[in-house]
Amino acid sequence: MGRFLLRRFISSIPVIIGIVALVFALARMIPGDPCRAALGERATDEICDAYNERYGLNDPIYVQFGIYMKDVATGDLGESFRFGVPVTELLIERLPTTIELAAAALLLAVIVGVPLGIISGSRHNSKTDVVTMVGANIGVSMPVFWLGLMLQYVFAVFLRDTPLALPPSGKLAAGLIPVPFYEVWHLPVNGLTEFLSEFTMANALVTFQWEVFQSAFVHLILPAVALATIPMAIIARMTRSSLLDVLGLDYVRTARAKGLPERSVILKHALRNAMLPVVTIIGLSFGLLLGGAILTETIFNLAGVGKTLFDAIISRDYTVVQGFTLVVAISFVIVNLLVDLLYTYLDPRVRVS
Amino acid sequence: MTVQASDDPILEISGLETYFFTRDGVVRAVDGVDLTVGKGEILGLVGESGCGKSVTSMSVLRLIQNPGEIVGGSIRFRGESLLDLSEKEMRAIRGDRISMIFQQPVGSLNPVFTAGSQIAEVYEIHEHMTSKESKARADEMLEKVGIPDAERRAKAYPHELSGGMAQRVMIAMALAADPELLIADEPTTALDVTIQAQIIDLMREIRDDLGTSIIIITHDLGVVAEIADRVAVMYAGEIVEEADTKTLFADPKHPYTKGLIGSIPVAGLRREWLDVIPGRVPNLIDLPTGCRFAPRCRAREEAGLTICTEQRPELRTVEGEHTVRCFLYQEEAR
Amino acid sequence: MSDDLYDPPDRPLEPTNVQPLDGMEASDAIRDEVRMDPSGGSVGAVTSGGLWRTVGREVVRKKSAIIGMALLSVLLLLAVFAPIIAPYPPDQVLFDEGVSPRDPPCIHLFGCPEDQPQHILGIDGNGRDYFARIVYGSRVSLLAAFAAVLFAVVWGTLIGLVSGFFGGWTDNVLMRIMDVLLSFPSLLLAIAVVTVLGPGLINSILAIAIVTIPQYARIVRSSVLSIREQEYVSADQALGVSRWRLLIHRIFPNTLTPLIVIATLGIATAVLEIASLSFLGLGVQPPTPEWGSMLAAERNQVFTAPHLVFFAGLMIMWNVLGFNLLGDGLRDAIDPRLGR
Repeated sequence: MGRFLLRRFISSIPVIIGIVALVFALARMIPGDPCRAALGERATDEICDAYNERYGLNDPIYVQFGIYMKDVATGDLGESFRFGVPVTELLIERLPTTIELAAAALLLAVIVGVPLGIISGSRHNSKTDVVTMVGANIGVSMPVFWLGLMLQYVFAVFLRDTPLALPPSGKLAAGLIPVPFYEVWHLPVNGLTEFLSEFTMANALVTFQWEVFQSAFVHLILPAVALATIPMAIIARMTRSSLLDVLGLDYVRTARAKGLPERSVILKHALRNAMLPVVTIIGLSFGLLLGGAILTETIFNLAGVGKTLFDAIISRDYTVVQGFTLVVAISFVIVNLLVDLLYTYLDPRVRVS
Repeated sequence: MTVQASDDPILEISGLETYFFTRDGVVRAVDGVDLTVGKGEILGLVGESGCGKSVTSMSVLRLIQNPGEIVGGSIRFRGESLLDLSEKEMRAIRGDRISMIFQQPVGSLNPVFTAGSQIAEVYEIHEHMTSKESKARADEMLEKVGIPDAERRAKAYPHELSGGMAQRVMIAMALAADPELLIADEPTTALDVTIQAQIIDLMREIRDDLGTSIIIITHDLGVVAEIADRVAVMYAGEIVEEADTKTLFADPKHPYTKGLIGSIPVAGLRREWLDVIPGRVPNLIDLPTGCRFAPRCRAREEAGLTICTEQRPELRTVEGEHTVRCFLYQEEAR
Repeated sequence: MSDDLYDPPDRPLEPTNVQPLDGMEASDAIRDEVRMDPSGGSVGAVTSGGLWRTVGREVVRKKSAIIGMALLSVLLLLAVFAPIIAPYPPDQVLFDEGVSPRDPPCIHLFGCPEDQPQHILGIDGNGRDYFARIVYGSRVSLLAAFAAVLFAVVWGTLIGLVSGFFGGWTDNVLMRIMDVLLSFPSLLLAIAVVTVLGPGLINSILAIAIVTIPQYARIVRSSVLSIREQEYVSADQALGVSRWRLLIHRIFPNTLTPLIVIATLGIATAVLEIASLSFLGLGVQPPTPEWGSMLAAERNQVFTAPHLVFFAGLMIMWNVLGFNLLGDGLRDAIDPRLGR
């Protein structure tokens, strides 16, 4: 299996290089002068000349690319033109929000989607099955941004004075400022601890800041539900169809002929096999979640990678665009690699190769 | 052959009717089948694909699923009516008192579990053993069916096994709880000829040593000739002939049986044409009135019989234990 | 008893429904399936040819396909007869008629006084009749999605055919490029491309097409690889049929069947992505009526005038659902084994 991992890793290297190149190219191709975009009216020709010189924008393109590659490899993603801070700092600040959102959505999608798929699949063509599949069909067709807005309306306006009311935007209630764990525990302040402290819910949990935790949790519900809907529907459908496939196979017939109760047949014999494609789906869903995060964060006003990336694109802050897109794409590659690994672990037939 | 003639048959199927209710019509897969299997007897059930032999065996274990249904007849196992049992009672019988093995042994084993664990599972459900005990018994079973280095093999996954090995594992699984009846559905069809011989020998040993009755379902007359005590020939959902093996091959009565036996190429025998049965198996939804084999029956043409297409012949005794379903042997036809 | 000497192992089984092919890992094969069918159904094995009459008959039987077609017919009617159905032109500002922005709906049948002009769904933020814009929006939705998929299918098929048939370095390079494109979440990549090309409807169609080309390329390539191994192709080659003829006359027709299913489902995704791009302001530019941008325009008014947000989004969902159901029905009809 180590060899498999190595082989997979090596074959992703050209892809990663390709990603870096594509990101670099795209960022460079964005129309508009970064100097003028960053400095606005203050940008005169002389200032811009100096600006370009300073940021190496006058060098030939392949030199710029070479420098860029080196920088990326050493973890230097440049400085944001708009904020004037290193891109990595922005990343540290905002990535956790997106991860929390995506993780919550994925968890929701799997916890609800898989059992629904199993129930549907084991009761083929029954009423439950039909209803669930109709629901899944609708779920898969709903635009995330529409669902988000509708949820906002229902829970923040329609149910405003009921116990079901939920806040429609933001990460925390206004005025609530969480204390980072490194302050509470008197730990050194560095990139890693800052990064970890931005996981608001986890941070609040381990430092017993219950009010913060509750606020963060409640603010996460609507965006997570909105984001989770499409992946949930996909996972439910895939689980169901995979289960139905497997239930028609010979070894399921053998399991029944052995005298196993139907529950055992489905949950032990069929499911282990049926879940294999679903694991791969979950990996792919990650891509959907990242794309959806851009929309969700915009609607719910969450300062995560998605929203920041989008704002950066609009404002031509192209170091941020480069850096964030790179991180997103590479994490997608890593997630899929992990999924492949998991798949190999779960399926003995693949291990042999 | 040590056939123990016994008064009480282990399995008695009478008038079994299993139909499939599909969108295109009702498929009468098994349409009035009578079969008996004695204790320690090996019954061969022969016929082409689609004649209903597999459906018959699946009906015995009540493994027929939507849109299929057993609509009539009775199945008695040791005197007990299987069709009246609850699902829970039926489960106690499957794998424990009646077992089944299938074609494509590698595909019939769960790919994510080891061979040993799948055998051990039988002990766990039917004999409530602990996992340690059942594992030990599973290893024992693997040795009994002739797999060398059993303990190591038990840890193998099905895709790592050869076809013959996998079939032995299936047999081990089927015999684990010492069943009284083993139903073998095309057990050798997917295997190489040399391996086939080994599996057949193994099955004979099982009957000889353990006294297990066996129903062997196959389209291969060679297999049947090798191992079966009695043979029943099925066509389009019905039994058309039944006799002990020697008699069937020496003196086949039904034109279909004759055709089957006649179409076996014999090494060394020179002929101009391979004798085949013309025509095709009838559509089980749209069955012809009268004898189901009539459209393809050369003997009917030669004898100039008209009753064959008008009435359905019954299964009648021709001599001793030899029964045939054919108007050629029935007085009224003349 | 030495089984292994005489008995070659049975061919190992592939995971459930998926046939991994040369050089592809099992999970890659599954990924392709799902990318192609984002609703999560199972695309299944490539079926050869297509007896269109039988398929047609089967499709009509499928409830999902019928409902899908019904939904789409409504939209088609709206699109084709928009000038007749819509009470006003979509960009006509109506302030002089005495209406104010975001006026609530006024339906004479439901009690709105006769002297007030009827606006079934009310007025949008710029003083235009909302219903009219919804109706005209169907044109943009249908055309844009169709165009994007058509472009992607054409180029994807070409790449897939060439890659699968000629193999070797061409295959390697092309597939690596496809891999790079596939490593990006599709919306993100589309946004990036639109940013480079500049906002606008045509550019967003192009962007979405570019983003989806790899999926079609891979599926066509798989098709080609599996068909190439079939015996009727070897037979043709033995007869001396030229490679181009083989490609065009034998292999390509057989890739059509799964392609049609995938393309139909692909239109559904395209509708969503175009709406998303427009929502973000990168797609359709004002004053063109498009459901995604209409939604974006009224987004901040969701608390006070939710109907302006609701109906635009509902139409998007209607559109996507229609294509999803139709695609499902087609898939089930073509490969009844998977019909569930």
